[in-house]
Amino acid sequence: MTRPSAPVVLPALVLLGALALWELWVRLAGIPHYILPAPSLVLLTLWENLGSLALSWLFTLKITFGALLLAVIGGVLLAVAFALSRTVELALFPFAIVLQVTPIIAIAPLILIYVESTTAALLICAWIVAFFPILSNTVIGLRAADPNLRDLFALYRASPWQRLRWLLVPSALPYFIAGLKVSGGLALIGAVVAEFAAGAAGRETGLASRILEASFRTEIPKMYAALLLIALTGVAIFLLFNLLSRLLLGRWHASELRPGP
Amino acid sequence: MTAAIQLNAVDKRFDSGLEALRGVGFEVPPGQFAALLGPSGCGKSTILRLVAGLDRPSGGRVEVATDGAGSAISYVFQEPTLMPWATLVDNVRLPLRIAGVSRPEARARIAPVLASLDLAGFEDAYPAELSGGMRMRASIARALVTRPQVLLMDEPFAALDEITRARLNDDLLALWRARGFTVLFVTHSVFEAVYLSQRVLVMSARPGRLVADLAVDLPYPRKAELRLLPAYAERCRAASAALESGYGGDLES
Repeated sequence: MTRPSAPVVLPALVLLGALALWELWVRLAGIPHYILPAPSLVLLTLWENLGSLALSWLFTLKITFGALLLAVIGGVLLAVAFALSRTVELALFPFAIVLQVTPIIAIAPLILIYVESTTAALLICAWIVAFFPILSNTVIGLRAADPNLRDLFALYRASPWQRLRWLLVPSALPYFIAGLKVSGGLALIGAVVAEFAAGAAGRETGLASRILEASFRTEIPKMYAALLLIALTGVAIFLLFNLLSRLLLGRWHASELRPGP
Repeated sequence: MTAAIQLNAVDKRFDSGLEALRGVGFEVPPGQFAALLGPSGCGKSTILRLVAGLDRPSGGRVEVATDGAGSAISYVFQEPTLMPWATLVDNVRLPLRIAGVSRPEARARIAPVLASLDLAGFEDAYPAELSGGMRMRASIARALVTRPQVLLMDEPFAALDEITRARLNDDLLALWRARGFTVLFVTHSVFEAVYLSQRVLVMSARPGRLVADLAVDLPYPRKAELRLLPAYAERCRAASAALESGYGGDLES
């Protein structure tokens, strides 16, 4: 963490090189900006529309993190219920799978019709996409405790609560974090996709609506500018959860342990 | 004086139909160091689990006489079985924490145990940062921190290198002599069984039965030189012979 070297420098150079090539190609070939804008024009457009784009970006962020929070709460609670009772799992798991495998873009219009508030409808859509990885990973994690440690807790007559706090939850943590990493990206995708469905219905608030709006007006540079914000947000979420993973698992879990010098 | 551990015609058959134990009976008096020697899969670990109360016998009786304290029995597994997310001292503190012992009192009880196992100074290390031998020491420290009357050990040193194993053997003997708990020590090593214990219970291949009960009347403290003495070799030969007869019995059946 203290020494950013090749793993950072190399991809950064490749990215900068690709952007430079793009810029050069657009300029030299004289491609009109309504077909493919140069990176410099995308940045300029982002700057000029910062006010409206930033507001939309905040809205998308709100949906993304709201849905993720709900996914964490719902996924973990359901996972604990599954871990405690096979019957509950048998009864409810099929519903979770149906929600997971049905494309959100196909359910979104229905949810938008049934739910009065657009914000609530968008939250529900993003939640549906985000909660399954957390649920399934946490279920596996809660069952992944070392059998010998389970025996040890039984030998010392630990209460169910002690077992949950000191054995099951820490055992499940790496699995939960892995689910969170996947769900973070999915929540953003869910928020954007649902906004597209809502945007088509005439409500405009998030980044996806900015993209739709710009596409109606063939403002290609603005579409790119909004897209850039979405991509940057996705990368930021990814980095955030990687950091969280390192903070929580850094000293003990194989996934985060660095080989010694 | 009543036995610390008493098994009476114990049978164990698992739900899969596997017969692990048949008619096993023996008594271990308080303070004795007894080794349970047998081939892999003969049900040695099953006996430990029955004594620990982690499993129930299909037939017969298992009794452990303790003075009723909550965690009178401790168990050391073949793997160190530490919680990887907790520091060494938190791992050792676990049984006390479960029992509701306050943090200051736990600290006072843990310190001498860590010192006696050469673990002082490593309190804040995580298991991943320790060597295999140190992890096993931590596991033993955790078992001893409750001052158990009965210590059950399931091939605890099998995964360690020869030198570490010999050191841990000596350290275990020193702790046992100092504290006087009863030990039931499972191993498949004839030499380890004879070196450590006052008595070797030899088991046959599956279904596990007791085929020999050999006294090891060699004086303590036992040191590395013991391994060179004819008396030691003789006890090892007797245990080996009993072990082989147990194998033979299995082949005939």
